[in-house]
Amino acid sequence: MKDAVASAQGAAKEAGQQAYLKIAGVVKKFGDHTAVDHVDLEIHQHEIFALLGSSGCGKSTLLRMLAGMETPTAGKILLDGQDITRLAPYNRPINMMFQSYALFPHMSVEQNIAFGLKQDGLPKDEISARVSEMLELVQMKKYATRKPYQLSGGQQQRVALARSLAKRPKLLLLDEPLGALDKKLRQQTQLELVNTLEKVGVTCIMVTHDQEEAMTMATRIGIMSEGQLLQVGTPSQIYDYPNCRFTAEFIGETNLFGGAVAVDEADRVEIEAPELGGRIRIGHGITGPKGMEVWASVRPEDIRVDIRPVEPGPNRARGKVREIAYLGSYSVYHVQLASGKVVKAMVPANRWYEAGEAEPTWNDEVWVSWRDDMPVVLTA
Amino acid sequence: MHNGGKLSPFLKGALVVGFLFLYVPILSLIVYSFNASKLVTVWGGFSLRWYASLFENEQILSAVWLSIRIAFAAAAAAVVLGTVAGLVMARFKRFPGSTLFAGMITAPMVMPEVITGLSMLLLFISLQQLIGVPTERGFFTIWVGHTTLCMAYVAVVVRSRLVEMDKNLEDAAMDLGARPLKIFFVITLPLIAPAIASGFLLSVTLSLDDLVTTAFLSGPGSTTLPQVIFSKVRLGLNPEINALATITVLVVGTFVVLANYFMLNAQRKRDRAIAEAMRADAPKLPDVPLESLGRPGRA
Repeated sequence: MKDAVASAQGAAKEAGQQAYLKIAGVVKKFGDHTAVDHVDLEIHQHEIFALLGSSGCGKSTLLRMLAGMETPTAGKILLDGQDITRLAPYNRPINMMFQSYALFPHMSVEQNIAFGLKQDGLPKDEISARVSEMLELVQMKKYATRKPYQLSGGQQQRVALARSLAKRPKLLLLDEPLGALDKKLRQQTQLELVNTLEKVGVTCIMVTHDQEEAMTMATRIGIMSEGQLLQVGTPSQIYDYPNCRFTAEFIGETNLFGGAVAVDEADRVEIEAPELGGRIRIGHGITGPKGMEVWASVRPEDIRVDIRPVEPGPNRARGKVREIAYLGSYSVYHVQLASGKVVKAMVPANRWYEAGEAEPTWNDEVWVSWRDDMPVVLTA
Repeated sequence: MHNGGKLSPFLKGALVVGFLFLYVPILSLIVYSFNASKLVTVWGGFSLRWYASLFENEQILSAVWLSIRIAFAAAAAAVVLGTVAGLVMARFKRFPGSTLFAGMITAPMVMPEVITGLSMLLLFISLQQLIGVPTERGFFTIWVGHTTLCMAYVAVVVRSRLVEMDKNLEDAAMDLGARPLKIFFVITLPLIAPAIASGFLLSVTLSLDDLVTTAFLSGPGSTTLPQVIFSKVRLGLNPEINALATITVLVVGTFVVLANYFMLNAQRKRDRAIAEAMRADAPKLPDVPLESLGRPGRA
């Protein structure tokens, strides 16, 4: 175990990045319920890390343990070499932006931002300098004397950000940072928020249930479910190489085919997939025993739809169009196979025009197929 | 109620009867306070003589003064104890017996006052026999009794305010480096101040009004205003009491009108500010160019 940690650290050093925040074997139990189950995670300085999961998956509990609002049942949290596992929230070099913003309603914007600095007992002129720097950063200078209720949702979010950055925390926690904004404002604010965070260069952990938000804002994402951290990686790693069915289905859309390994060679795997009514071939080996139960994940955008019969072989099946969702630049076809399985395929809008073919419609017979480098094999 | 914003004749009639029932007695009381006749039910011309004699009546004046002193002292103590109790009920983690604790705090509200008063009287008598304190019944014993009663009301008001307050505000203050005691004084207390204020006013009213508990706990020379009025009424109505009641109605009425006016004004100002904030943000929303994705190949 020690060796593994040491070698992992060595690898991180080689990459020029050392773990800044280290969460080691953290468990949190509420009575019989395990909210966070043995989470290990390392986060580098200046990183924007997103914990992504549906509600009740333990991501908020993990965040609250980082903030110090909850104490882990077991495990350790180290920040910049310091063990902060049992440090009181008011002694941690960590600040948090709350989902509800939690702006103090009886204080002005300025007073809200100055609150944390005052607790540190900074001299008055330094506080006012820092406050005006923060107001500048989030472009709220002209609202300095307003009360929170005199601000719109977007403005409140910026004040909350300024307040949590004012103390120059080593780690910034964002709890559903844009969850309280409406959809249009959220898209605009995502990039604005990332720009601000990158300008400040703060190390950042955000919690969200919105995968688009996580993909847009984070440098790395951790997928959580039922208290466990299932996969950690960059947005593209997680999307292109999910390591389990949960991740594959949670991030984006996918078609999953369960089956048994029929052939496992160095250059290919073939899976007998009853739902497809044939075999799925993948262009690399997986080194598993024959007959092992696996799943193949094929993204809708990797599936080709044809109105003319394709040559027989693996990775293809005949079906009937059940639904067509027109989404402008592309359409999603729901194709029902003989087994009853519905396959979703994303078809570019110019697909039929360029092929000089008529667009298929409901109940038309079509063929779905994909290349053997497209599916991802999942064993869990 | 919603049929064109107009009340049906029946509802109008019911409203008028209801208001008459409520206010005619008070109005007649006020009118007869200016009566020259000594007989309460016979009009003998306009006069201010009962007001003059009221301000010369040492018994009434001292009772008023005692009632006011007790009311404010009891309200002050009830606010402190009630706030602490409300805080424990709303913010502390559940502990064994916390439901029982909450029930016992609010018991004085539902307990018949006769029981509360009697049990306290017995308590004070046995205390006097055991440790010699309190030496007599009077200001102190009434104050303790009223505090017990009022504290329950303050605790309930403060608790409900705390329950609806965003707990994240306290967490945020802690996250920004404030310690628990400081958080209470800088964040929690200012935010529950309206509840504490209304608890205080409620306590003052309850204490000023209380007759039953007071009757058990007062002694010779410590007669509160409700006791004086009650004993006078039993001896036969006296227009002095009408004058006293008129002054009370005037003072209370003025307070209510002023408080309403200021609260309404503040609310309007707040609503305007919120509306303005919403408007200020609206034009900043860009039209997200969904069409920039393009629709290639469509003829």
